[in-house]
Amino acid sequence: MTMASSSPSAPAQAAPPGGRTAPTILRVPEHTVEIVSDPGEGAQKCGQIFGRVSAKTGNGVWTVEIIPAEIQPPARTPSSASGNRIRIGTRAVTNWGDAANLVVAFNEQVLLHRHRLGALAKDAIILIEDMWATHDDPDIRKAWNDALEELGERSYRFVYVPMEQECLTIIENPRRGKNMFALGMLAWIYFRDLDKIRGLIAQEFGKKAPALYEQNVALLERGYRWADEHLDVRIEVPAVESARPMVVMNGNQALAMGAIAAGMELCAMYPITPATSASHYLGDIFERFGGIVHQAEDEIAAIGVALGASFAGKVAFTITSGPGLALKTEFIGLAVMTETPLVLVDVQRGGPSTGLPTKVEQGDLLAALYGQPGDTPKVVMAPATMEECFLCMTTARRIAEALRTVVIVLSDANLATGVQPFPRPEVSEPWLAEPPDLAPIRAGLRPYEWDPQRGVSPRVIPGQPGGMFTATGLSHDEWSHVGYTPDVHERGCQMRSRKLAVFQQMLKPPAVNGAPEGDLLVVGWGSTLGAIEEAVARAREEGLSVSSLHLRFLSPLEPGLKEIFQRFKKVITVEINYSDNPDEPFITSENRRRGQLSWLLRAQTLVDVDCWTRVPGEPLSPGQILQAMRDCMPQGGRR
Amino acid sequence: MSELGCSLLSVGPDEDREWSMQDYECGVARWCPGCGDHAILTGVQRLLEAEQLAPEQTVFVSGIGCASRFPHYLSTYGFHGIHGRALPIATGIKLRRPDLHVFVVMGDGDCCSIGAGHWIHTVRYNPDLVALMLDNGVYGLTKNQTSPTSPLGLPSNTQPRGAYLPPMNPISVTLGVTNVSFVAQTGDWVPAHLYATLQAAFRHRGFAFVRILQRCPQYTTNLFETAVRDPGLVELMVHPAGVAVPDLDRIFKNQVRHDPADLAGARRLAEADGKIRLGVFYRNETLPVYEETRQVPVRSAAEKLTLLNAELDRYAV
Repeated sequence: MTMASSSPSAPAQAAPPGGRTAPTILRVPEHTVEIVSDPGEGAQKCGQIFGRVSAKTGNGVWTVEIIPAEIQPPARTPSSASGNRIRIGTRAVTNWGDAANLVVAFNEQVLLHRHRLGALAKDAIILIEDMWATHDDPDIRKAWNDALEELGERSYRFVYVPMEQECLTIIENPRRGKNMFALGMLAWIYFRDLDKIRGLIAQEFGKKAPALYEQNVALLERGYRWADEHLDVRIEVPAVESARPMVVMNGNQALAMGAIAAGMELCAMYPITPATSASHYLGDIFERFGGIVHQAEDEIAAIGVALGASFAGKVAFTITSGPGLALKTEFIGLAVMTETPLVLVDVQRGGPSTGLPTKVEQGDLLAALYGQPGDTPKVVMAPATMEECFLCMTTARRIAEALRTVVIVLSDANLATGVQPFPRPEVSEPWLAEPPDLAPIRAGLRPYEWDPQRGVSPRVIPGQPGGMFTATGLSHDEWSHVGYTPDVHERGCQMRSRKLAVFQQMLKPPAVNGAPEGDLLVVGWGSTLGAIEEAVARAREEGLSVSSLHLRFLSPLEPGLKEIFQRFKKVITVEINYSDNPDEPFITSENRRRGQLSWLLRAQTLVDVDCWTRVPGEPLSPGQILQAMRDCMPQGGRR
Repeated sequence: MSELGCSLLSVGPDEDREWSMQDYECGVARWCPGCGDHAILTGVQRLLEAEQLAPEQTVFVSGIGCASRFPHYLSTYGFHGIHGRALPIATGIKLRRPDLHVFVVMGDGDCCSIGAGHWIHTVRYNPDLVALMLDNGVYGLTKNQTSPTSPLGLPSNTQPRGAYLPPMNPISVTLGVTNVSFVAQTGDWVPAHLYATLQAAFRHRGFAFVRILQRCPQYTTNLFETAVRDPGLVELMVHPAGVAVPDLDRIFKNQVRHDPADLAGARRLAEADGKIRLGVFYRNETLPVYEETRQVPVRSAAEKLTLLNAELDRYAV
């Protein structure tokens, strides 16, 4: 690859075409690519297609969107950085890694943003649009020079690319085309098959706008040819053909498709980031499957409509994010109290309040468990991968119906927008089972005929002759008759809670990743699975005695935790939610506010579970977690 | 029902069975003596009998408040939910179970205050169901607080020096919403008119909004009292397309001929001062109902599986 001279203000000339030696090919087990632009320049689309074609090539892939929180931040500013990180590997990739090895940047300001965040490897290769160096506006030229001086602190390798100039040979407005040119360059560098990319571009534009398709393909090919003529390094991440058929999609697509596979018939929602893209997808395809997306007037009505449909015997769910979960609180209580099955998906984002709408956080755990006034036992589960986003919807429906209760599924922005290949789910007809039919019920059946041991009761739905009752949010007996006496209320609470205990006993103890005993056990939940397990693998290579455990069920907690914890000298949770750092002023072990899972585990197991949590608004990287492990190894821990 | 594709319906209602008033009654209503709710409950039970609605095919949904105890006193299916949120629950039921007869019973606090957003939007969705708004101008269950329909100056526990704001007009609000389909007003002191209005609302195809004026014997005893005592203060809206109760002609001399198809006229009458108007303000059966607008093909599990596999193919590596 052509390298810049040491002075960044004097861009090196790209190697002239012809008379070049064959490019050097670097064979690496993995590589991390970022593409960043101003919003509207299409870096995200470029990144998504690059991720998908890499998956189709047989590489492991994990993508993370780089999203500005505002719709139209000022262009050419650090806050405007928009794009995608794509980590590809020979083996499965389970997280976004530590830093980018190669970056395509459409201007120096968005690049600067990534640099300042420490997102770039110190020897990263940077392909940057060079039009700003010679721009008419002296302020822009100065900004370019200042930025490159700051970037010059690190030993990045720069390649200056005349993207604008090249794109102008094909289109009038390069802002709408640089992304495909960039995709072409990446295709050449990483040996991606142009035909596969053409196929993906056709999926995006082919049907709607044939002319746009042609134009994009021309830009793609131009970028590919330019790279072939000017670059002298190619990167090969060998792909391994999967023995099983694979699919590639993001977590929200997986959730939406999983909802269909679960036999869901209604998704009632209100627009909220980062949950909405699941509803967009369902809005597009659900009706073909006999399903409806109902966009309600507000978050409260959305859960109300889902609850009504479920009460009437249909399979319904609602999907939201933190602020919506807050608004749905009263209805969650009603669903628990009336024992109406309901699946609620919360695609978590940064909080509290409006917080970080587009960014990742795992801050809704305790709100999901305990956010409703009164005792509201319910099941809370958290998928850890895109595949689990798909599969968990069927599990959630089954549990909701079997226990007549609410199941909250906690996804997050990292899963929602990240793309990963996974084994193609083998859905079978029983997944899509019809809800109960309207057969007359047994004479004398009470609407809450609780099994005194298990707390479960058969479900009765409108239309069933002989089953008429009025569901009520008031305290009630087995006949659903309102009762305020101590025994009625006590018994209702007991029965609704007992179901969870019964369910907990059906769960298996969680598997420990690594040795079953040792110095340090790291406990996680949700989207951090891949980063934690990668960090554990690296720590063990360093000789640290570390294992990890990942929870899918948070309510009820999976069994056997205390016993597992006692086999380790120290237990910590790693979470993306806020906790006080013990080194900060005024923080004592008494007043320290801890990570949400550690809070829960301490209460449930009476084990002194520590925590390491961060709220950067972005996924945790394995390197960060590894460092945290090193720092908190118990005294006397083996190295 | 099968043409609506409700695959749930393995067993239909018992066609031969004849239902009596007793088949709809359940327990003893625990409202205050003299409360208008009693008369409304009786009117509803009469309607159920007259229309011979199978109790298992009928669902009453309510919010919270005195009026919202309604479903407990009927032997149909019922959902006594949370304050202000009866309409979304009812919409969810009707949307996916159009075979059911759905009624909503709510109070003025439910409908016009905490659930006002749902009220506006349910008018716009236009599901085919009946919504009864039992308006006594006060919060009774929580013991005398000002409601959005309390008359200006009415003292309550929250506004002891009298309500500060003029009451809202639920009829003109409803008439102002896109897709408004049926709007009527009746009073608990005119049972014949109440019954005829309930029947017209039930038989209407679309979202039928009925405001029932009533008194709370505890806190708003004097509300409409002058009109109750003096029929001259009431004006009946009459029309062949509205409600017809010939027996009332002797009592209510003030009558205005109003064609319920006339929306502008309905709005004028809703806003005109002076008289309490009873009858159908507006009726339009040509509007699409939400559950039909959102009708989707019925798919068997096998069909869904085929479609799902085709969809997964699009994401195949």
